Amino acid sequence: MAVQPKKNEMPVQEANVRARNFKEVALGYTEQTAVAEAQRCLNCKNRPCVEGCPVNISIPDFISKIKQKDFDGAYSVIAESSSLPAVCGRVCPQETQCESKCTLGIKFEPVGIGRLERFVADYHNTNFKGEPVLPEQNGRKVAVIGSGPSGLTCAGDLAKKGYKVTVFEALHVAGGVLVYGIPEFRLPKDIVKNEVETLKKLGVEIQTNVVIGKTITVDELFEDGYEAVFVGSGAGLPRFMGIKGEGLKGVYSANEFLTRANLMKAYKSDSQTPVMHAKNVAVVGGGNVAMDAARTALRLGADNVYIVYRRSMDELPARKEEVEHAEEEGIKFEILRNPVKILGYNNPDNRRDIKNGFVTGIKVRKCRLGEPDERGRRKPVEVEGSEYVLDVDCVIMAIGTSPNPLIKNTTDGLDVNARGGIIAEEGTGKTTKQGVFAGGDAVTGAATVILAMGAGKTAAKAIDEYLTAKYN
Amino acid sequence: MYRIVKKSELNPTVTMMDIYAPLVAKKAQAGQFIILRVDEDGERIPLTVAGYDRQAGTVKIIFQIVGGTTMRLNNKKEGESISDFVGPLGCATKTEGIKKVCIVGGGVGCAIALPVAQRFHELGAEVHSIIGFRNKDLLILEQEFKACSDKLTIMTDDGSYGRQGVVTLPLKEAIDGGEKYDEVITIGPLIMMKFVVATTKPYGIPTTVSMNPIMIDGTGMCGGCRLTVGGKTKFACVDGPDFNGFEVDFDEAMARSNMYCEFENREREHCNLFKKEIG
Repeated sequence: MAVQPKKNEMPVQEANVRARNFKEVALGYTEQTAVAEAQRCLNCKNRPCVEGCPVNISIPDFISKIKQKDFDGAYSVIAESSSLPAVCGRVCPQETQCESKCTLGIKFEPVGIGRLERFVADYHNTNFKGEPVLPEQNGRKVAVIGSGPSGLTCAGDLAKKGYKVTVFEALHVAGGVLVYGIPEFRLPKDIVKNEVETLKKLGVEIQTNVVIGKTITVDELFEDGYEAVFVGSGAGLPRFMGIKGEGLKGVYSANEFLTRANLMKAYKSDSQTPVMHAKNVAVVGGGNVAMDAARTALRLGADNVYIVYRRSMDELPARKEEVEHAEEEGIKFEILRNPVKILGYNNPDNRRDIKNGFVTGIKVRKCRLGEPDERGRRKPVEVEGSEYVLDVDCVIMAIGTSPNPLIKNTTDGLDVNARGGIIAEEGTGKTTKQGVFAGGDAVTGAATVILAMGAGKTAAKAIDEYLTAKYN
Repeated sequence: MYRIVKKSELNPTVTMMDIYAPLVAKKAQAGQFIILRVDEDGERIPLTVAGYDRQAGTVKIIFQIVGGTTMRLNNKKEGESISDFVGPLGCATKTEGIKKVCIVGGGVGCAIALPVAQRFHELGAEVHSIIGFRNKDLLILEQEFKACSDKLTIMTDDGSYGRQGVVTLPLKEAIDGGEKYDEVITIGPLIMMKFVVATTKPYGIPTTVSMNPIMIDGTGMCGGCRLTVGGKTKFACVDGPDFNGFEVDFDEAMARSNMYCEFENREREHCNLFKKEIG
């Protein structure tokens, strides 16, 4: 049978419809489409896709189960390696990971691995009614700081090995960036809730409203009988450019804008948390967070949303699919532009004018691409005298974060690098403090969900080895 | 859930509550703050710690009813619970090496100034307190301040109690009169703190201000509470809330504080906060 050269299409909400609602963009495969897509897998011998997966899911095995319509079996295969399949199936950059290695992809489009993973996870979440089998408890306590992707993964893996895991979360709800950062239309919050519930059924305890470093210190966790600690506290304070006007009203960090919209549900009309419903919005930055912020602003009712990015479309760090979705929805790309100043309203005759201090525009300077930098990306070079103003009433800075100092400042013996990231050994997550492991954005700075999950997984393995050695 | 162990009205717009939160009570120090949510889907608001009882496991908060969330909080009765209460956040007020201090509080800011005054008193420092209110009806915590201050001056805008005038008046008099303060600490409305700083600056007396900007997470993630201090972006939640008053850009902070004025006005109307008659 000839191989179908293209992936089975993922049904999505029409661009003009979805640009005005917060419902999920991609709708997911049907059983029939999933089986058809699974049949595209060649089940090749060397299984390069598994190598491409940061948590090494046995991809061809779960795809074979789909071919046999054994969707529960497929889920079991994924669950061996991943604690958050419904999340990964949605937000992993498969095109640079598993799918980029797919043998079929040499000649045709690769197998839609991400779409299949999502299908299996959703099928399981809809149809599975039983309780998971509780692993035999070994009586040892491990503390996990942060309930984002690295923390949840680490907690899940350790719970499956019989550890008594407590996850400490600073916010009022578990999920970390999955709930405050990634928008509902890309990752519905019910999906995250479901994954968290699954972990709880495995015996993981989640304590919200506890800020490690403030409410309890790392050293106190050890005093309380925890024998190892995993720090997955995520990236921290948002970066700003240091240009004039960043203190004006209507300038947000992407973290704040998205937290208001996602975590605090400010997109709902009855929300108690306000967020600006701006008409013209400039989002500075070109990563996934920038795309999320831009598309959220659009859904909040903006007429024009601009992505202001200093390199060209080819260098955008965001996932291709996200960029495509954004373009389809009408986000405008002001590429090769660097902001120089944010302009604000000022009525000199009336200091009490309520419009005073609000953003009216952003002045940008054109750039051209120069020589490649040390990482091989061509550097933007500003073109003198090319400034012009984009009329906007809101500016969202999505240019990254720097690590949160709370845990570092309150934990003796935990060293950080020059950028403030916790120093952790590659391959184990071991920090400079005994019994403390770390992973995710707290170590690397802003990265992806799946890389954080990979780090959580690595650390779980290392923690298990550390505690096993301790008792042998 | 976090139980309201005790509730009392300090004046018609200011309420005091003791909340059962033993982990927070164990660690809280003067100058730090907490974040709470009244109910599911509620807004997260920061409130400075107004006191704590480590044995009883309670944390005292004092708040002015200014918008939807504080209205909802005020509607809660003793014995009822609120959804979330997290802390203690921010850095404690620095006390090292200070032998003589002037605490300048304004309005509900006095509730935050009180534990700071009490802390200095405990440490054996000489404490002079100047507290100001719009009028006698809004006066709070007079006895408590009296108990921990070597000298207490009460000011009201209309002269209905204490002396008439603004808090900077007795402050300047005291300094001119030869009082040598190691530090002036001021907590209250931004405009008041701005003028306190303007008063002490010519004398070069170190002046600490307690900033209370809009916050969401309060743990150094969202960046909503940013301020310009000494020309640099600082975050009140992790770098503060106390800052060197001479370096704070008050004009920017004041502008930013009314970002959601319109939203709050709608909330106020929605809650009928001012108990207008509904026609």
